[in-house]
Amino acid sequence: MEWANVILQGILVGGLYALFATGLSLIFGVMRLVNIAHGDLIVLAAYVALLCVTQTSIHPLLAIFLVAPVMAVAGYGLQRILFNRTLGADLLPPLLVSFGLSVIIQNVLLQIFTADSRKLSAGAIETATLPIADGLAVGVLPLLMFVAAVAIIAALQFMFYSLPIGRALRATSDDPEVARLMGYDNRHLFGVAMALSLAVVAVAGVFLAVRANFDPALGPSRLIYGFEAVIIGGLGNLWGTLAGGVILGVAQAIGAKIDPGWQLLAGHLVFLAVLAFRPEGLFPKVDG
Amino acid sequence: MPEKRLLDIRNLDAFYGAFQALFGISLYAERGETLAIIGANSAGKSTLMKAIVGLVTTRNAEIRFAGGELAGRPTQQIVREGIALVPEGRRLFRSLSVEENLLVGGHLHRPGPWSLANVYDLFPVLREKRHQPSTSLSGGQQQMVAIGRALMANPDLVLIDELSLGLAPIVIRDIYAALPRVTAAGTSAIIVEQDTSQALAVANRVYCLRGGRITLEGTPASLTRDAISAAYFGV
Amino acid sequence: MSAPSFHIARSTPESRFALVIGLLALVALVAGPYWIDRNGMRIVGEFLIYLSLASMWNLLAGYAGLVSVGQQAYVGLGGYFLFAWAILFGLPPLLAIPFAGVAGAIVALPVSLLVFRLKGAYFAIGTWVVAEVFLLLAAQISVLGGGSGISLPISVVRAIAESRDGRDMAVYWSTLGVAVAILIGIYLLLRTRWGLALQAIRDGELAAETSGVSVATAKRLLYVVAGAGGAMIGALIFLAKLRISPSAAFSVNDWTAFVIFITVIGGIGRIEGPIVGTFVYFLLRGLLADLGPTYLIILGAVAVGVMLFAPKGLWGLVADRFGWQLFPVGRRLVLDTSASAATSKGA
Repeated sequence: MEWANVILQGILVGGLYALFATGLSLIFGVMRLVNIAHGDLIVLAAYVALLCVTQTSIHPLLAIFLVAPVMAVAGYGLQRILFNRTLGADLLPPLLVSFGLSVIIQNVLLQIFTADSRKLSAGAIETATLPIADGLAVGVLPLLMFVAAVAIIAALQFMFYSLPIGRALRATSDDPEVARLMGYDNRHLFGVAMALSLAVVAVAGVFLAVRANFDPALGPSRLIYGFEAVIIGGLGNLWGTLAGGVILGVAQAIGAKIDPGWQLLAGHLVFLAVLAFRPEGLFPKVDG
Repeated sequence: MPEKRLLDIRNLDAFYGAFQALFGISLYAERGETLAIIGANSAGKSTLMKAIVGLVTTRNAEIRFAGGELAGRPTQQIVREGIALVPEGRRLFRSLSVEENLLVGGHLHRPGPWSLANVYDLFPVLREKRHQPSTSLSGGQQQMVAIGRALMANPDLVLIDELSLGLAPIVIRDIYAALPRVTAAGTSAIIVEQDTSQALAVANRVYCLRGGRITLEGTPASLTRDAISAAYFGV
Repeated sequence: MSAPSFHIARSTPESRFALVIGLLALVALVAGPYWIDRNGMRIVGEFLIYLSLASMWNLLAGYAGLVSVGQQAYVGLGGYFLFAWAILFGLPPLLAIPFAGVAGAIVALPVSLLVFRLKGAYFAIGTWVVAEVFLLLAAQISVLGGGSGISLPISVVRAIAESRDGRDMAVYWSTLGVAVAILIGIYLLLRTRWGLALQAIRDGELAAETSGVSVATAKRLLYVVAGAGGAMIGALIFLAKLRISPSAAFSVNDWTAFVIFITVIGGIGRIEGPIVGTFVYFLLRGLLADLGPTYLIILGAVAVGVMLFAPKGLWGLVADRFGWQLFPVGRRLVLDTSASAATSKGA
């Protein structure tokens, strides 16, 4: 039963990793941009949540409803003011600009909040468990994170495939020039995509803040988890990203059980193994 | 009379970077007309279409459309004035189905005669394939989708670039057979073609391009084969 | 009517001037220990280290289009190689440097097989993951200090040289030697057939491929060379520091972020870029280092600004304006006409 618990924990943490990854995946799908500052934006969201909670005393999980709009607006601005200028044929500008942004965000947070570890307390939810079988119990908070991940991915899929804005985003992703012929304003649509991505980042950031200690330097490792989840799951497929996150979470959980120092290494090794033997990922979207 | 003209282009120069592709183009289209623009490969026909919708840099140009000036404005604004381009090579959206491609074409919801139902009436085969990925269709069917997608915007003027490129003769014939219904519904058309015979058959007036310049214009009836050959090939 | 006579020239007036200056500077640097004080030698050493790292990163990103955010993997590898060599095997420390290079190359080859499966920005993050893996593995090696690191034992320190001044000179000259070798190596590489291939790849990968350049081989070669160079530099860095830990050895900030900023600000895709960039970096550091995190914010903002508004970097701006090339890697057609030498500057 102990192993079953371990694996269950891994699966639920996988939901959080999928949340880290979903925003990344969305942006890459729509505009082929890989935002190296993505992890730092998750940490930024955590600090925004911190501010909301300290200023308004609301429950951290409810802070999502404050943080998400703030991050979405910030994302729209970021895209239109900064990233739209970097998009084009050349690979270097978006990559280097987002790398520079990553360093800037980390150090701005460091300057304002210092390197002290913070954490948001969600009260009783943090330790509550639901027993599901003999000797098997699942934490309420991890379950909530997993359910949130599933719900968000389902909502995004619905948007992409059943709503006009989703069609617009897919069309712009396919052929930005012809999308303009349809009357779409690419600059605006890319801004919308980034706003969506950062709204998801906001949810991830709040969960990050509640789940464990966080500090300004945590960004890059979140980026790496998200990136590994995307690659393991396969590009172009949001549900695949969920699967990738789960696999990563389970690998880390098993690694940790064997030896605490092996937790992160186990995840990286699984990623490298997928890269070596199935580089297209486990559930890649087959392009038509 | 110039005021009646739907599209009035004067002195258009077009550039790809430093390379000049069009030299002092002046042409016009009247409301309800079907114009044909013929010419050999790289004569500048596609460049002209792209210049009208703002996808190519122009200089010194006056591009009057339905009273407003188009030159220098961004593509997404020009298109909203009521011009639609069916690009060379179709360029359907790969991850969208047939119907989704059509819906995207109509997302501006401009009032007019064209709707999903009417496009399916025009090209019935598309109705059967409406939910299939656009990439699974044959070349001719894709061209129908591309034309339908442009019509869904209810444009006053539709530009069709290289209509018959890469299509089998029987398919070309079918598409051209549908064109009169397009103009009958009130949509003016400019058709760019390397294949002159079909174009001349449907057009009210013809322009011939060579080396980025207009070498001939007139009605199909008034132009001799020799004149057209000379203008087309330059011999 | 005879065709005009011409000859192919490689050097330019500016490059000949730069060559003279460079040789003078080299002589001055070699004589360094005799006229520069201890602190100054340390700074010169750091300058050369960043110049070398930036030049190699420039080679990867600016010529082969390989944006690696994980070169710190090789810096750390070199550092740990040195410590293992000296502590575990008791071999002469200075001798570790060239062998660290070999180790770097040997490791870089299989790593390239993995990471080259990723493209573009995903490649970048992939290299970062590899560096993280190296960091975690190093933390597992308890004989070398595990997670908290280890200092070089006195016996090993003495093995470098008996006196402190002697050690300073040994480290200084080793650093100078390796840095000069790397820079000259890069310059010579770009003058050869391979260099032409790399510049073709830089200017247009697809066109280069169809012109017969084996793009994949060129990239792999470069990545391995960068791995070797990075490892040698890493050995030098930690030879000077006398202490190593996983977080210092594999630090993204120290060995990648600053390097990237240097190259971007100086100018990607030209040899002179990293030189200019390193000067700017040390200037900014001298002015701003007291400001703590603000210093990095400013550096990051400058890099972002340069990338957006002057993507060819400071050197690129100046060089394109005046047509300078200090390290001539192209060939120019010089017409020998009596009226004037009508030169057209090549790439």
